[in-house]
Amino acid sequence: MTVEQIVSEGKDQFPIGMRVLAVDDDPTCLLLLGTLLRRCQYHVTTTSQAKTALKMLRENKNKFDLVISDVHMPDMDGFKLLEHVGLEMDLPVIMLSANGDTKLVMKGITHGACDYLLKPVRIEELQNIWQHVVRRKKKDRCNSGSKDKPHPDSGEAAGIGNVDNNGKLNKKRKDQNEDEDDERDENGHDNEDPSAQKKPRVVWSVELHRKFVAAVNQLGIDKAVPKKILELMNVEKLTRENVASHLQKFRLYLKRISCVANQQANMAAALGTADSAYLRMGSLNGLGNFHTLAGSDQLHNAAFRSFPPSGVLGRLNTPAGLGIRGLPSPGTIQLGHVQNSGNPTNDLSKLQSFVPGNHNTNILQGMPMSLELDRLQHNKNVGHIGELPTTDSMTVFPGSGNLVDARITGFSNNQLLGVTSNSLMLEGSSQQATSHTSVSAIGFQNGNALSDFTSIAPASNQLQDSKAGSQGQASPINCNAGQIIRSAPQEWNAPRKDAPYQSHASINSSIPINGAMIQLGQCLDRNNSIFHRTTDLDSVGPLNFVDPLSIKHSEGDNSIMEPSVIEKEGYLMFQPRPHGSHVPDNIGSLEDLASAMMKQEGGCNGYSLRTSI
Amino acid sequence: MERNPMRRQLAIMRQSLFDQGHVDEQFVQLEELQDDANPNFVEEVVTLYYRDSARIILNIEQALERKPFDFRKLDAYMHQFKGSSSSIGAKKVKAESTLFREYCKSGNGEGCMRSFQQLKKEYATLRKKLGTYFQLARQAGPVETASRPK
Repeated sequence: MTVEQIVSEGKDQFPIGMRVLAVDDDPTCLLLLGTLLRRCQYHVTTTSQAKTALKMLRENKNKFDLVISDVHMPDMDGFKLLEHVGLEMDLPVIMLSANGDTKLVMKGITHGACDYLLKPVRIEELQNIWQHVVRRKKKDRCNSGSKDKPHPDSGEAAGIGNVDNNGKLNKKRKDQNEDEDDERDENGHDNEDPSAQKKPRVVWSVELHRKFVAAVNQLGIDKAVPKKILELMNVEKLTRENVASHLQKFRLYLKRISCVANQQANMAAALGTADSAYLRMGSLNGLGNFHTLAGSDQLHNAAFRSFPPSGVLGRLNTPAGLGIRGLPSPGTIQLGHVQNSGNPTNDLSKLQSFVPGNHNTNILQGMPMSLELDRLQHNKNVGHIGELPTTDSMTVFPGSGNLVDARITGFSNNQLLGVTSNSLMLEGSSQQATSHTSVSAIGFQNGNALSDFTSIAPASNQLQDSKAGSQGQASPINCNAGQIIRSAPQEWNAPRKDAPYQSHASINSSIPINGAMIQLGQCLDRNNSIFHRTTDLDSVGPLNFVDPLSIKHSEGDNSIMEPSVIEKEGYLMFQPRPHGSHVPDNIGSLEDLASAMMKQEGGCNGYSLRTSI
Repeated sequence: MERNPMRRQLAIMRQSLFDQGHVDEQFVQLEELQDDANPNFVEEVVTLYYRDSARIILNIEQALERKPFDFRKLDAYMHQFKGSSSSIGAKKVKAESTLFREYCKSGNGEGCMRSFQQLKKEYATLRKKLGTYFQLARQAGPVETASRPK
């Protein structure tokens, strides 16, 4: 069926039966909203917990067509949920609030909301929300790669208009679309939803995302055009449209991250104690999924070569892979590999390798960072990453504190968010660092990954630049990431069951990392020079994440991730703190690095944490 | 035209709720959602509201006992309360909530306390009136039931 047909026929009686997920902590409002939606003949699922909502969404990406969420919720900020959903599931999200402040509405839009409704909601408003689903489908379909973010708020009238326009547009690109459709069908999940124009969604697994980030890094964020990215990625059945829309999101993410980074930096400083802090990550259920991934070695294999699966994985799981973030205990950092090589450049690779082993496959998309994170997390529950209490922006962290491990790998599942965020990060920084390695940083941890990623990514990019040497290595890593991503999707699911990593508790520590990461991101730019300096962590300084290297985890897998690399990425994860467990010499170096970095950067507060460690 | 005296009385009571400004248009929306599948929907929502908002009222009360006032927290509570109140169409209660929030924003502790007292009064009055209204509604029976013309 061509697009036009779908559009005009509205198969399956769409919008009737459109599946909506409603989230609101106020029971009165939730009951009312649910009833109103049912009156509109939608298929409604309600929940008062944002975390539950995320879990449901992650369980089955095709279970819902649209999400409506309140802004003020106790367990998770509505905007954060919005980001997660947008990045991971690419579903339209409508925000709901009793507060109609322009600032808040603007915030909703910048976070990617399709619409912003005021309470009390009227049924007339809800009767037209299906347009957002249609619009998004069209957008994906007709995405030409260089398009700007489609305005989700074009209004109801626009919805209709879109249909018409799309029809025409589709006609023009019919041939192209048909080919792409085929590709998509094979690519994404087949949606049997009644929604018109529902095309199979491309799942941006960690691996895929990693490849994407690597490609973007290679091209440079400014020059990254979908076509070239697609070529570089060399993934079958991926269309330019897919890449284009993903790129769009990534850019948005990067922008957001950069704003948050500053805040994070401060937070990181405050966090100091990696262990507990990162729990944020833990809270992020999303990350949890990643943990599961840890279980799957497959994922890692591709990317993380030297990752010692057993050892590393175990660790990763707990710390939530993200290790980079705030790996409170260096030991935890599953990165293991990372430690091996003191080479900064290798770090990335290490991370990469690291991840695969653990489950991070997702995370690292190629970012060594994640590996580190894992390592760090290892002890703590990498989950910390999620912990970063400070910022909402940290939303990046899927919240699954533990995820750190999982997170990284988890990308495929929920992690999309993380992954994307990371990639975004990388993208941003990638400008400078063409090397993909930066990407790896993003790969970080599943849950945290997101937030971490962002910070790491930039950092990583920088690192890459600075590290001439690493460049070479970066590439391999990136590739891995890509692979991981691809494989991740399936694998992640598996790991979930394991949920060993569920130890979100440790995630707390990750939080600091995040903060650090963010700083790193920021610092990275500045620190580029720093990175050059030494292979060891010192240069990484800000990256503290890098600790993972020191983390002992991998004892010997240098190949995978060079500690230095990790360090860079380190922002994300590391908690270089020498917990004393593993972190052998590296830790110390990390600290040094941190302080060194800090000195240099001045701004990288995150590292102060380290020193406190 | 409903000849059933109970139904008539119900209609009058309902009208007075609107006329006196206790409920607004949103209340009508609730009523419209009531149907055979959901015959007591309005009552259910209102009951849920009173149950849930009691908690918030308590929180605010406790917060007002701690000096100095944490205006941000108070405002946050009231924001929540206002949201649910507006969902059921509690007009006067909602207006009072808005006033309370204004006082919070300007840091007027006295104003907050006064406004809160007033709010509680309106809140209680509405509850009584709606309670009576629903009781009568139940007695009057479903609309479909034909009332024997007298």
